[in-house]
Amino acid sequence: MGAGIELEDVICDFGSFRAVDRVNVTVKEGEFFSFLGPSGCGKTTILRMISGFTDPTGGVIRIGGKDMKGTRPNQRPTALIFQNLALFPLMSVADNIAFGLSVRGVDKSKCRTRADELLKLVDLPGAGDKLVSQLSGGQKQRVAIARALAVEPAVMLLDEPLSALDLKLRQHMRAELRSIQKRTGVTFIYITHDQGEALAMSDRVGVMSHGQLQQVADPREIYNQPTNGFVASFVGENNIFAGKLGAVSNGIAAFSTPHGQFRARLADGVARDETLKLYVRPEYTILSPDPGAENSLPVRVTEVSFEGNFISVHAISDSGANVAAEIRNDGAVTVPAVGATLHATFAAESAALLPDETRA
Amino acid sequence: MTRSRHLLGHLYMAAFLIYMFVPLIIMAGAAFNDNRLPSVYPWKGFTWRWFQELFADTTLWVSFANTLWVAVAVVVIAVPIGTAAAILINSIAGKVRGFLYGVMVAPILMPGVVIGISTLLFWNSMGNVTGSDFILFNPGLHLSVLGQVSFIASFVMLLVLARLQSFDPGLEEAAMDLGASNSQVLRRILLPHLYPAIAAGAAIAFFQSIENFNTTLFTRGTQNTLTVYVFSKVRSGITPTINALALLMIIATLIAAIWYEVARRRKERRLAALERAQD
Amino acid sequence: MSELLRRYGPGLTLIFVLLTAFWLLMLVILPNITLFEASFRPYLPVTEIGGPRDVYSLNNYAKFLNNAVPASYFGIDVQIPVHLKTFLATVTYSGVVTIVCFLLSYPLAYYLAKVVNPKSLPTLILLLSIPLWVSEALRAFAWYIILTFNGPLNAVLVGLGVLEAPVRWQNGVMTPYDGIMIGLTYTYVLFMLFPIYGAIQSLDRNQIEAAEDLGARWWQIHWRVVLPHSRPGIASGCVMVFMLSAGSLLVPTVLPSTSSNWFTETIRQWMLESQDWNTGAAYSFLYILLCSVVVMVVMWLFRVKLNEIAK
Repeated sequence: MGAGIELEDVICDFGSFRAVDRVNVTVKEGEFFSFLGPSGCGKTTILRMISGFTDPTGGVIRIGGKDMKGTRPNQRPTALIFQNLALFPLMSVADNIAFGLSVRGVDKSKCRTRADELLKLVDLPGAGDKLVSQLSGGQKQRVAIARALAVEPAVMLLDEPLSALDLKLRQHMRAELRSIQKRTGVTFIYITHDQGEALAMSDRVGVMSHGQLQQVADPREIYNQPTNGFVASFVGENNIFAGKLGAVSNGIAAFSTPHGQFRARLADGVARDETLKLYVRPEYTILSPDPGAENSLPVRVTEVSFEGNFISVHAISDSGANVAAEIRNDGAVTVPAVGATLHATFAAESAALLPDETRA
Repeated sequence: MTRSRHLLGHLYMAAFLIYMFVPLIIMAGAAFNDNRLPSVYPWKGFTWRWFQELFADTTLWVSFANTLWVAVAVVVIAVPIGTAAAILINSIAGKVRGFLYGVMVAPILMPGVVIGISTLLFWNSMGNVTGSDFILFNPGLHLSVLGQVSFIASFVMLLVLARLQSFDPGLEEAAMDLGASNSQVLRRILLPHLYPAIAAGAAIAFFQSIENFNTTLFTRGTQNTLTVYVFSKVRSGITPTINALALLMIIATLIAAIWYEVARRRKERRLAALERAQD
Repeated sequence: MSELLRRYGPGLTLIFVLLTAFWLLMLVILPNITLFEASFRPYLPVTEIGGPRDVYSLNNYAKFLNNAVPASYFGIDVQIPVHLKTFLATVTYSGVVTIVCFLLSYPLAYYLAKVVNPKSLPTLILLLSIPLWVSEALRAFAWYIILTFNGPLNAVLVGLGVLEAPVRWQNGVMTPYDGIMIGLTYTYVLFMLFPIYGAIQSLDRNQIEAAEDLGARWWQIHWRVVLPHSRPGIASGCVMVFMLSAGSLLVPTVLPSTSSNWFTETIRQWMLESQDWNTGAAYSFLYILLCSVVVMVVMWLFRVKLNEIAK
């Protein structure tokens, strides 16, 4: 069964570089939690601190309510799946999977039985006697998962384990990972820079930048209600306008930009300072021949690309603003021509005024 | 043009092999010549008597046994030391690493004569300082072992260090993450990876020790090893028993070489078959 | 050190450190310090060690400059201390052996690395390394047999009519050190061949082809592409062969002429015949100095670092 994890004011410095900066988060028992962020944001360091390979400079890490300070990696109830999988090349598949058991003194025949059971669980029955080098990328992935599950960890830590796979396999393994997690009830902590992966698999996502946690929420909230500009633009696309805040009423604020006067949502508690910008997603941006009632900007189409389920349109306003829009392909949609003059409009409710990323 | 140069290459290769082997053949041939002086010319008739004399030479067999004991002791000491030193230096960086590396490699470049003399003087002076007559401090084959280890450990260190470069430290972490203790990580993950280099190191240590003359000569006290014995024979008056001995050594080498070559070819064929099976 | 602790824990780290410390301290550093210290002390009977006459001095080194004997360099006759003369001869003829080994090895190394069919390569390498496994004393001895006055070389050459009368090869045809140089070359040429082979092998064949494509002649390819690339291997081979030659005691003893003296023999005489370990230590120290100078000169000449040579 899984265990919960608490990170309390966790800091990690490498020399003068602060890799992780006061991270606070509680991962619930049996939860699938992802840390999402660009490379160098500190997410791998968090994983290594939870597994015990890196000591935090400050703060407390608890697993199952127990402070992990001083507990060495081989005594923690965690199992890490490495980015390169780190399968033991000189051992057979079964020996790899049973490694954790055999170092605990479990006898050979029991090890083998358990390895075969786990191979069935990860859908690789009968592969026990193969060598690691004889497996394909996806099969290696499954062996790594089986090897980690063999020690019955309370927490599984996964460091971008799908990044080496091709697209089809990656999508298949997403579903697989998710179902293994549901079946075993183990807490999963998943590290990725791929927003699609994080959103599709996780119960909750923590978005990170520069060592700091920017937002922790379920995937829908992360996408629909990002709390700052970093989250908004790292997770999905945006049209962004800089400007000055005007009057606010009922959560809708006036915002004056060099490209015109706009209205957009302004959430409570957002600092009303210089760094506010207007964010609106391309799929909420509508291109029409007629100007709308509000939030309307005349543009000229510069690029049209047909993506299958939608059409991506890039346009530029007279004032020089780049605008992207996505039109859903319902089979009868008219594709705008390059050079056409149109109006880009969006509803005030679908646009948000957000500060830059949160920095302490 | 290229072809004629290739032909020249083949000819040179052949000439070089002749250059390498003719002296050995001549030496082996002299073992059967019924002539008191070791030579193939003039040929005075075929005889086995030098082999009989060889087998009757007890000093030689004692020396031979000594040589093997020394070699085994050198392997047993130099391999762990070289391996430990390689692991150690692989995990440190910066100036200290450069310094340690220099000290570890220096014994290879040091003349064997000097290694022998410094080993003798050091342990002897330890005896003088402690006023002890403990056997370790007097010249003898145990000092030859220590002297040889001092530079043979360098070879082992270099071989293991080279092998360590291709080791993924992530495997150690993975093993530890799965609950392995430090010694389990060493025994089950790192050492298996290093075994080829350790085995090569042990083989080199063994043969370097058997070959060794310079260091042994100064440290051996009154005991003989094979090379020292051969040397004294060559200096004091030679009979073709030496040639008989040489022939036996060449035959042993040839058997080992053929065995190795057959094993290599078999392995090659097996790999090729495996590849075909995968395609 | 912290990485070592993290990776292997305190127990194993302690074992690694102890083993390494035993090696470097007890087998390398302290013996050499003892050697250095002993070289400044006089050779005394055991009872007088530590007594009033046991004081530091340069006397042992001064012996190096005693006993002038006549010698001739470049046609000029000079008086030179006998041990210095031996020392210079050792350095000079070891240098000649090194050059000859290089000239013999380079074409073969290139052939092995770039010309020969890769399939037969392991067999060739194995064949070449067989002589290495036969004891050095015996390899020198083989040449003793070949070069004796009544030996096969004279028999063949006279029989073929190349020579009119047998030659005393061991006394030297050109120098008193001919026999020694022949023996050293035969014994150590493989220590030149293998490092150069290793270096040339790592050269991308495309570079050679590109040079050919650009119209370079074969000698230009070697001079401008192959030789510069194999620099570390050549340096390594030169250092090895020079050290082994200058340090050899077997070959000069097995293949001497009436007037050849090798510096290692001088050291052996001090140590084992005169039993004067202190002067032996002083000479050994001079010898280490020589070797260090050679290594540094070669490293500087070839612009390589120690770890490239040690490969």
